[in-house]
Amino acid sequence: MKLPILTTLTAALLSTTALADEIWVTNEKDDTISVIDIETMEVVRTIETGERPRGITFSKDFSVVYICASDSDAVQVMDPNTGEILHDLPSGEDPEQFVLHPDNRHLYIANEDDAITTVVDTETRTVVAQIDVGIEPEGMAVSPDGKIAITTSETTNMAHWIDTETQTLFANTLVDSRPRHAEFVKDGTELWVSAEIGGTISVFDVTTQTEKAKIDFDIDNIHPDRVQPVGFEFTTGDTHAFVALGPSNHVAVVNAETYEVEEYILVGRRVWHMDFNRDRSQLFTTNGVSGDVTVIDVASRKAIKSIKVGRFPWGAAFRPTD
Amino acid sequence: MKTSRLACALASVLTVGIATSAMAEVAVNIHYLKQVLETPPTLSNLDPIPEDLGMVGAELGLQDNSTTGRFLGQTYALTVTEVYEGEDFAEAVRAALAETDLLVLDAGTDQILQAADLPEAAGALLFNSGSGDAALRGTGCRARLLHTLPSDAMRADALMQFFVTRRWDEIALIAGDRPDDQAWADTLEASARKFGLSFGARKTWVFDADMRRNASQEVPLFTQDLGDYDVLLVADAADDFARYISYNTWRPRPVAGSEGLRPVAWHRVVEQWGAAQLQSRFEKLAERPMLDRDYAAWAAMRAIGEAVTRTGAADAETLRSFMLSPDFELAGFKGAPLTFRSWNGQLRQPIPLVQERALVAQAPLEGFLHQRTELDTLGLDQPESGCTAFDN
Repeated sequence: MKLPILTTLTAALLSTTALADEIWVTNEKDDTISVIDIETMEVVRTIETGERPRGITFSKDFSVVYICASDSDAVQVMDPNTGEILHDLPSGEDPEQFVLHPDNRHLYIANEDDAITTVVDTETRTVVAQIDVGIEPEGMAVSPDGKIAITTSETTNMAHWIDTETQTLFANTLVDSRPRHAEFVKDGTELWVSAEIGGTISVFDVTTQTEKAKIDFDIDNIHPDRVQPVGFEFTTGDTHAFVALGPSNHVAVVNAETYEVEEYILVGRRVWHMDFNRDRSQLFTTNGVSGDVTVIDVASRKAIKSIKVGRFPWGAAFRPTD
Repeated sequence: MKTSRLACALASVLTVGIATSAMAEVAVNIHYLKQVLETPPTLSNLDPIPEDLGMVGAELGLQDNSTTGRFLGQTYALTVTEVYEGEDFAEAVRAALAETDLLVLDAGTDQILQAADLPEAAGALLFNSGSGDAALRGTGCRARLLHTLPSDAMRADALMQFFVTRRWDEIALIAGDRPDDQAWADTLEASARKFGLSFGARKTWVFDADMRRNASQEVPLFTQDLGDYDVLLVADAADDFARYISYNTWRPRPVAGSEGLRPVAWHRVVEQWGAAQLQSRFEKLAERPMLDRDYAAWAAMRAIGEAVTRTGAADAETLRSFMLSPDFELAGFKGAPLTFRSWNGQLRQPIPLVQERALVAQAPLEGFLHQRTELDTLGLDQPESGCTAFDN
């Protein structure tokens, strides 16, 4: 019911200004969001947020954007058109990362300081459940059918499997040290989990929750200790993964069939998270230490531009503007 | 002597329904023993040494291990014993060994050696979280003794790498007259020479005046004849006089060592690499910032926890061989996996170089290379360690 109204609203805006698609980047140490215009590849807006913004995700219809304001202990709900904070959601303490359930209603939030995953109903703005997980929960994912949610815990070194029906854990699987990010791929048949200190990605078979492959990274002339996989995203059809490798300042291109690394692309310093443009022909990576975003041309696998943003850019999210 | 037993509340209260297959119940008992020393009087009372130094680190390690353990059917218990001056440390260790073979020792070199040499310790696994003495990592090493506190040599090397990088080539030094001041000064001097720095004047601080009142008069005179130098090292193990040196030197030069720029195992200014989370967990528990020996005790507990998680075993022999194997790595919030040196049991770790309000740098610094890992540019490397107990 909401959609038509919104469409008209956006259409009205479009008629006044020709808007290009955008990448929204949270700046952890500036308490801002930098909005990058994908066409001009420039920061066109800087929006203030709560303290220490990290995770960022749009609602499925892009009518609102959710921001983890970690040090404000809140998930903020913002109108992306005006940049106005509409309200805060109860999020539990120190929300770092979250994932929006396919029902477009429930947010699964990692509370990093509390070893808890909080489930929030974004409509009633209430906490539906709090689930005890391992220490420093961070990576969050939800299966395409919405039945399974995943929390990874950085110090416990596990992926915790949550049954979204009962909001309880049904499995806990060990991964390598400091798991950071999780994604369901290939129609939810596989779960990928990156381990920052372990330097690996574990691939799980979702039906059995067993590990079916482990991906290693090896960059010439860079010590393995510095090769630390964090965020990753998949190209169209889940054929390839682009994996941020932290302080090695590289992004790896992994063949998702063979689990082999095909390429390493040099980007900014301490590359962290990323998102694609609309047709996934370009990838935007946040580089925490150098305070910029690298634009990668997906087809040629080359870094084509770097865009200065705020201090310690962390999350990235695509926003279509039509 | 005071002994208290901590079973982690977290573990007993929470029940989690888990369908992880083939979980064996494993109970891990760890005993932390601290030698409580009377500290010498210092000129300033601004920074008293916390009475629970080290202990809270072990406690936090217990909590971290227990949270992980509850998903795997593994439980952890920690017993804490404080041994006061005049009491028999070895006796306390013997009593502890009757209960468990996993010990964390926050004590001096002599006490640690006594403990390691007890016949009862033959099959045990001991962690040194209290002594930075090179002897314990060199010819005095013991096969069953691992070290989570960085050696003083590692910390000295970290500082010298920074001087080399900044081209502060000329070094002068002031040391207190207590044996541990002189030992720290010797370590700094040896490290400076190892890195090819020019080591100039070295003076011993013997004044007994109250420097809070006349530091500005005394220190310029005392430092006037040091000649020219780029940086002044101060070796003051008890934190007695070092704080009065900065800004009072005859020449306007930076101060490092026990004051100014300090090489540490841990400090509240370490925030990168997820460290902010460890800091806030610790501060919630201790109501004070985490210090070196807290970190070392935490790291010992976590090393045990990590080895138990990965092996499913709780016996000292299995845990020791896993920790010394290439499969072991500990996420220690310092930006690199922490591993044990297989030739002397020292936990490899980056060394933060800090001033009171910020992290200045973290060693190993860029450009200091090593064929194995850059972390081995800090402290005793295999060829020079002289430790033979690990050849097995």
